[in-house]
Amino acid sequence: MISVSDVNLTFETNDGPINALKNVSMEVNEGDFVSFIGPSGCGKTTLLRVIAALETPTEGRVTVNNMTPDEARKARQYGYVFQAAGLYPWRTVSGNIKLPLEIMGYSTSEKEDRTRKVIDLVELNGFERKFPWQLSGGMQQRASIARALAFDANILLMDEPFGALDEIVRDRLNGELLNLWARTRKTICFVTHSIPEAVFLSTKIVVMSPRPGRITDIIESTLPKKRNLNIRDGREFIKIAQRVREGLKAGQTEDVF
Amino acid sequence: MKTSYLANKFIPVSTIVILIGVFWYVVAVPMNSDKVSRQFKNLTASEHILKCWSLKKPKLPTPHQIITEMVNTTFFKKISSKRSLVYHGWITLQATLAGFFLGTLLGILLALGIVHNKAMDLSVMPWVIASQTIPILAIAPMIIVVMNSVGVTGLLPKAIISMYLSFFPVVVGMVKGLRSPDQIQLDQMKTWSASSNQILWYLRFPSSLPFLFASLKVGVAASLVGAIVGELPSGAIAGLGARMLAGTYYGQTIMIWSALFAAAFLAAFLVFTIDFLQKITLKRMAIIR
Repeated sequence: MISVSDVNLTFETNDGPINALKNVSMEVNEGDFVSFIGPSGCGKTTLLRVIAALETPTEGRVTVNNMTPDEARKARQYGYVFQAAGLYPWRTVSGNIKLPLEIMGYSTSEKEDRTRKVIDLVELNGFERKFPWQLSGGMQQRASIARALAFDANILLMDEPFGALDEIVRDRLNGELLNLWARTRKTICFVTHSIPEAVFLSTKIVVMSPRPGRITDIIESTLPKKRNLNIRDGREFIKIAQRVREGLKAGQTEDVF
Repeated sequence: MKTSYLANKFIPVSTIVILIGVFWYVVAVPMNSDKVSRQFKNLTASEHILKCWSLKKPKLPTPHQIITEMVNTTFFKKISSKRSLVYHGWITLQATLAGFFLGTLLGILLALGIVHNKAMDLSVMPWVIASQTIPILAIAPMIIVVMNSVGVTGLLPKAIISMYLSFFPVVVGMVKGLRSPDQIQLDQMKTWSASSNQILWYLRFPSSLPFLFASLKVGVAASLVGAIVGELPSGAIAGLGARMLAGTYYGQTIMIWSALFAAAFLAAFLVFTIDFLQKITLKRMAIIR
């Protein structure tokens, strides 16, 4: 579904070139929930932006649904959820969700249908006519997810969507996200810096390290596809979390010592 | 609500107005004293001061003289009369609004060009800034003369001068406003593969409205100044500028001041109107609550 092979990306800055991604290769299969985890500066967001064609790699090959990332972007093959909800203050919740549909030229009845459907999915019923400032941070992010789901993209790219939320809200939204993933059967790429979040959500965890940004480990999760928050106390979960921690440590050594 | 209006608006504003009024009457005495001494002999001190405040052609007319003149020429003259302040104000207002409209249009178009076109971004702004370093008093007569020579007279040359002054704040504000969406919002548009027209219409333009309104308030006041300046060198016989000019010819200081006050009230009215439009627009857009 998504294939990244030998990707290098160097940013030219005033302080000289920065190696944001070095020899990065990985695969995402249809229906996967892939998390990218690592400390800041490891290139996890950059990698997501490369997949979304918001950045162009210096070297290497990326395909998304057998297209180049830019073709996939133009064909609206993915929905992207940013760190900030980025809702338009002058539009209501349903107005915000309709925005991409308006841009893509959907008919009025289609817009209404789809908006109703995704508002159901993220459980924002009753808030359709509220403005963003009337919503909590968690609800804003849910509206933002609904907006990314509203059109027919089978890939959902999420860049630390719950990073700014407190842990209680985050736990709940993580559970909801898993339900949503099961119901919509989308392929999800998810950037995070929280180990429990990555382990809880993912079928595959990509562990990354900074300077240069690279992949240190790719973990196929052995947890069942259907999960609830209780599995976080199980042995399986702790074992995977341990392996993630080791992967992170391995990338750090040269820095710290 | 009522007390806060009293405490936040009425009391401070009226205090300043009273202070200015007192200062004005005090200063009017030495300013007009010579003239009173020349015209009248053997006055007591208090009679002298009262005369200083009620001369027919004083150096500095007092507020009540100006207000009386304004009331007379506003309410007790036929609107079509050449002595009516309403008539002159209307002439100036027409040129102001025409110039303001043209200036806003020009400003928005230039800002769109600057934001969307790299070459314009690099080349236009210095000229826009340079245009405002030329004193308007120097360029106004030239505009009037050049347009006269091609047969364009009346409202349009004044409107052009108004436009020249009012497009500047609009360009500056709109460039800033159209560039105010943050990177996330622009990236988001890109992920939806939006065209630049769609980005303009859905994102840039609504984001720019608070900036536009701030610019319009400055622009409309500048437009009025432009229209008045446009009336000065043209030998215009109508308009607040012409009224001021006539006042200086004949030493009618009260006439000058009442035209000046009329212009100030007109400017305040225009600015408040835009402020009102801004409030209801932004409130409806839920940008302010």
